Amino acid sequence: MPAAGRRRHDVIVVGAGHNGLVAACYLARAGLDVLVLEQNDYVGGAAVSRRLYRDFTYSNCSYVCSLLRPEIMRTLELPRFGLQIIPYEGGCTMMRDGGHLALYDNHDALRREIARHSQRDAEAYTRFSRDVLRQCKFIKPLLLHEPPDPTSFRPRDIRELLYLGQRLYRVGEQRMYDTIRFWTMSAADFLDEYFDTEIVKAHFAGSSIIGTALGPRSPGSAYVLLHHYMGDIDETVGAWGFARGGMGAVSGALAASLAASGGAVRTGAPVAQILVRNGRARGVALASGEELEASTVISNLDIKRTFLDAVAPEHLPEEFLTAVRRFKIRGSSGKLNIALDGLPTFPAIPAGSPCIRGDLHITDSIAMMERAYDDWKDGRWSAAPYVDMLIPSQIDPTMAPDGKHYMSVFVQYCPYRLAAGPWTDARRQEFGATVIDAIARQSPDFKSLILHAEIRTPWDIENEVGLTEGNIFQGELTMDQLLFNRPVPGYAQYRTPVRSLYLSGSCTHPGGGVMGAPGANAARRVLADLGRGALQ
Amino acid sequence: MRAEPLPLHHFRKPLLETPFDARTRALQQNDQFVAWAGYTTVDVFTSVEQEYFAIRNAVTLYDLTPMVKYRVSGPDAERYLNRLVTRDVRRLKVGRVSYVVWCNDSGHIIDDGTVFRFGAQDFRVCTAERQLDWFSDSALGFDVEIEEVTEAIAALAVQGPTSCCVLKRFGLSGIERLKPFELGEFVVRGRPLLASRTGFTGDLGYELWMRPADALTAWDELMAAGQSRGIRAIGSQALNLARIEAGFLLPNVDFVSAEHTVRVGRDRSPLELGLGWLVDFDKPHFNGRRALLAERQRGPRRQLVGLDVGGNKPAHHALLYADAGGRREVGSVTSAAWSPTCKRNIALAMVEAPCFAPGHAVWADIYLNRELVWERRMVRAQVVERPFFAPERRRLTPPADR
Amino acid sequence: MSAAAPSSPHDVIVIGAGHNGLVCAATLARAGRSVLVLEAAERVGGLAVTREFAPGFRVSAGAHLLHQMPAALIAELGLPEHGLRLAGRALPSTALSEDGRPLALGERAALDACSAADARAWPAFEARLGRFAGLLQGLLALPPPRLGTASWSDRRALGTLALRLRLLGRRDMREFLRIIGMNAYDLLDDEFGTPLLKGALGLDAVLGTNFGPRAPGTVLTLLYRLAATRAAGSAALAQPVGGMGAVSEALANAARHAGATIRTGAAVKRIEVSNDRASGVVLESGETLGARRVISNADARTTFLRLLGPEHLDTGFVRRVDHYRSRGLAAKFHLALERAPVFTGVGRHALGGRLLVAPSLDYVERAWNHSKYGEWSRAPALEITVPTLNDPALAPAGRHVLSAIVQYAPYAPEGGWAGERAGFAAAIRAVLEAHAPGIGALILAEELLTPADLEREFGATGGHWHHGELAFDQFYMVRPVPGAAQHQTPVAGLYLCGASCHPGGGVMGIAGRNAARRVLAEAA
Repeated sequence: MPAAGRRRHDVIVVGAGHNGLVAACYLARAGLDVLVLEQNDYVGGAAVSRRLYRDFTYSNCSYVCSLLRPEIMRTLELPRFGLQIIPYEGGCTMMRDGGHLALYDNHDALRREIARHSQRDAEAYTRFSRDVLRQCKFIKPLLLHEPPDPTSFRPRDIRELLYLGQRLYRVGEQRMYDTIRFWTMSAADFLDEYFDTEIVKAHFAGSSIIGTALGPRSPGSAYVLLHHYMGDIDETVGAWGFARGGMGAVSGALAASLAASGGAVRTGAPVAQILVRNGRARGVALASGEELEASTVISNLDIKRTFLDAVAPEHLPEEFLTAVRRFKIRGSSGKLNIALDGLPTFPAIPAGSPCIRGDLHITDSIAMMERAYDDWKDGRWSAAPYVDMLIPSQIDPTMAPDGKHYMSVFVQYCPYRLAAGPWTDARRQEFGATVIDAIARQSPDFKSLILHAEIRTPWDIENEVGLTEGNIFQGELTMDQLLFNRPVPGYAQYRTPVRSLYLSGSCTHPGGGVMGAPGANAARRVLADLGRGALQ
Repeated sequence: MRAEPLPLHHFRKPLLETPFDARTRALQQNDQFVAWAGYTTVDVFTSVEQEYFAIRNAVTLYDLTPMVKYRVSGPDAERYLNRLVTRDVRRLKVGRVSYVVWCNDSGHIIDDGTVFRFGAQDFRVCTAERQLDWFSDSALGFDVEIEEVTEAIAALAVQGPTSCCVLKRFGLSGIERLKPFELGEFVVRGRPLLASRTGFTGDLGYELWMRPADALTAWDELMAAGQSRGIRAIGSQALNLARIEAGFLLPNVDFVSAEHTVRVGRDRSPLELGLGWLVDFDKPHFNGRRALLAERQRGPRRQLVGLDVGGNKPAHHALLYADAGGRREVGSVTSAAWSPTCKRNIALAMVEAPCFAPGHAVWADIYLNRELVWERRMVRAQVVERPFFAPERRRLTPPADR
Repeated sequence: MSAAAPSSPHDVIVIGAGHNGLVCAATLARAGRSVLVLEAAERVGGLAVTREFAPGFRVSAGAHLLHQMPAALIAELGLPEHGLRLAGRALPSTALSEDGRPLALGERAALDACSAADARAWPAFEARLGRFAGLLQGLLALPPPRLGTASWSDRRALGTLALRLRLLGRRDMREFLRIIGMNAYDLLDDEFGTPLLKGALGLDAVLGTNFGPRAPGTVLTLLYRLAATRAAGSAALAQPVGGMGAVSEALANAARHAGATIRTGAAVKRIEVSNDRASGVVLESGETLGARRVISNADARTTFLRLLGPEHLDTGFVRRVDHYRSRGLAAKFHLALERAPVFTGVGRHALGGRLLVAPSLDYVERAWNHSKYGEWSRAPALEITVPTLNDPALAPAGRHVLSAIVQYAPYAPEGGWAGERAGFAAAIRAVLEAHAPGIGALILAEELLTPADLEREFGATGGHWHHGELAFDQFYMVRPVPGAAQHQTPVAGLYLCGASCHPGGGVMGIAGRNAARRVLAEAA
């Protein structure tokens, strides 16, 4: 405990999630005295590797590393601090009738694979990836940009607005319309413009629903699809990868980078309150009662937890509080982490196919996913869920003992609130059984290989990680909550109504995924406000 | 359960083998293969130089099977193709072939290829890349059937000054009467075979189209027939050298298909590529017509030209400048080669206005690797007429025997 | 007239005498153009018609209320002088409830009885949405600009848009930019607690769209409806005497009066093109008619793919037209009743207005769920009118007509409508019975018009009465498709004037008027 008494930090970051750590790293590198406070006994928030069962390492929340901005990895020297990212070899969608569609890196193998289902779709895939890539190219430079406030007349905002307009303008008339349509369409309609075959559409629709309370037929879901594609690994846009050692390797490298820059992290230190005096944040009070002072406080918690729990309402305008209450953070995803006694077999996947080392999905059609969404709307977990599985131990030997495997199972949809009543252990087991049964229908030996299964509902994720409703993006990625609307209009620039209190979590632009951009953008805003100049 | 197992070996062996694979693989000496439209093909058999000179001096065999082939048939086939490509397909007679390009709405090239006319309602379109997506979408509203027949047809290019003579000896009697861009149907020892007087070398030459089952026999018989005339198999590199001399364009090298470009401003129109002669504004509407009309009025902003480059080092990928100091960039080289036949250092380049006219001088920024040390040369280059090499024999009917 | 040599070419041929075609024709004729309107049916009006569905019983076959045609347009064309009379205007809307306690919408006292909090929140909400609708109203009135052109009029239009947005003031502008992409479900849920209120507003947001209230973009469609209603002014939620056909008749009279010729029973087979310019039309009869300009009131798909033909268009454009979504989702249900129905708790005044069956947002959302899978809603949402209450002449003395818009009905249910029709009708009757017990016993005749029926009868592709889904990606400058969003088409001399154009469907007439103005501006 601080013997020095009332030492005043330059910056306190509340929450050692990846964005909080990214922000802290940048600020520590700029020479500020930074302290990160974390409620859990481990850092990382939702980017963690945990040993919950013997020698198995679970990436028990986020499980794929694709969005982390290369600029951040490089500036913060994450590879030097142990981060290694290995790209996927492909992926596969399994149908309930025993058929499958695999995705291969090799262009020709992929074309012939899609052509098994439809030759035309195989060729339309080229147009599809071109169009997705065009949109990625348009969006990517915006990720590490602070969104302008369109209602403001400040030169900076007008300049940024012009930048945005120019970027749009430069693509030419037809592509501008394409962009407008793309940002507002449903994934189902978007995919209909390319593909005929249900399985092909369903495969690509998968990423349009992951983590979101939208169905593939909801307008705006095409953007979510893109959101999952806009990462790049070693210049391959849209590539997904594993972090060697699990997702905790990302947080671990960030924490090491922070330590090397002189920043500090205190785990097991839950913040009870952000202290405000005269409209200015002056520090935090821990649950233990201890108070810590800082000139700047950055909250990496989502906006609801920050302003509905940690800041006393008297410091906040009522209108802002209303906007915070109306911010949509919806739990829609569940997660199973499973220790396996061996590699399960999937008869749908041909022997020797490398796609088993990629992401494995179970779905047949957009309609099946849409029905899964209907269940969620009615407060039930999906009877036939969309499942995104991964067995990283096939590639990363650190994840499980030799011959054994760790399987990450992401499940869409699972509600935060059940219509039937509160989440109980029995209901959690029932939810887990639904998912395990769905997998077992694809893999006859799967059940017999299960050594241990951790079942996580949105309710569990909220309780453990602190994400409101267990929403993986800290807020829905819908048009009303993107760009200058994220998290709430008027406060999209990482500042808050409380002076020297900033937000750095995924609830800010450009949103969720282990991207780090919100943290970096928040750090840039803080440095600018402190007159410390530009981001390194 | 499915009736028969689906072919699932593509993830182990993504590339297909052509029906000539057994022969080409046996003849090649360098293990230099290249993937082409989903097939494995030989890049270099023995040496590029020897293979190249066989094209210009003797006769060569080139495995053309990966060329993507579509059968286009039905009552609206002519109307469909006429809307698809920029040339007037109505004027293409039965038994003839036409070189064509097709554009998107904005008048930018999607691909080039050849159209074969077999009958009033029966065509074949050969393309560099797969086109089913665009061709199918273009078929909306037309009574036409489009079927990819790439795997059903084995194709072989027989090119070089002695090609006609060798084909006669092979059994194509009357082949000498085939005029450029004409088709002829033959039966060789009971095996049907289609020959077209077409090619990608700018020299005398033919392309043979046959059943895959007949491929190896045809290869062997051709090799035997050509033995005394210096026949040899050639790979893609030698062909590439010949096609640059002939001034032919290669997709993904000299232009990128407008269906593939991601960046703004990378699309190319036929007017920009110097293919304005392929655009027939007097025929009924075709894809891109309105945009091309507007472009013709405006005048193209850039143009593909032939360059005669100083020195003898090919100007691969060189940036072009208006001045020797390299201050104003005016374009870049898309294809470059030392032409062994013309004894000139030639290149195809995309240049901005107003560098189009023959005689206009630009400067090429050439990087040379000399024993691992890179050197930079600013070399003067002059815009010249294409093609660089166009021998009379390519047009002569009947062709000479040697 | 001879088929070979078109005689007396007109300045303009308008294909289709729907309300937009008629507005367009009347506007052009008033400006001195010689106009010929060609209508395939034996009567004018397209989907805005009144027809006999049972002996002595007449009903508006498509839309059954007039509430989106701008008052200014009605005045401009002098429709009252040409026979348009209203049997009722500013009709009340009532949200029906099975428990017999319906909610009169827009009445503070009624809402107060449900929820004091909602009643307090209502005025500010209504005023704010009104201001936003005012902004959209300006947007609806004019054709959209093109993006990225060098044209000053396009830039001015975009600038005006930005300025109007700014003029909302910072607070409103922020709120507008936030909610415009939102779903109606969340917006209403954030503001109100009363399920009946939310359900009814939610239904208004999705009427005519292929979405449930949870779909992002439904705030736009709600505002769109409010904006059109505002523009309609005194003619909002009005019932024309003689049904919607009377509006069409008045429009036709106005057009004829101005000198336009209207030929019914004259189905256009194709649009003629010479020298890359529309030069006239050929009728199904083989007759050829020449004109300097051809304006199509048909939907985009019909116009481009059937009447014009893809051979005159580029593949990319055709691809976009082909992907333009226009599958209908709303059915019409008509009942001939022995006497006036009694809806539980609904008085005489309310019965003469709009009755909404949308007891909650979830009810509407669940109704939509079915349509996603090509099924009809097991418990459909309804907008009901009893037009005979205001206009008894529509039925024999003492008898009544019930007209309901029913959502959601797929265009092509699995197995086809033949096998599904009876089940769907029964489901609708069951919903009616629940709200008007005993109504089943009053039924003398009934008619169900599915989207497939509407397509067959009125020619609208997919039976979609907005001539294409109203969604962000088919709205404003991308409606119906880029390249045809400003009434012009890729073919010179050919224009669109129907609901495929901005601002879309509803008996509004704006698209027709704007198309006419575009033609006049070009010719000038």
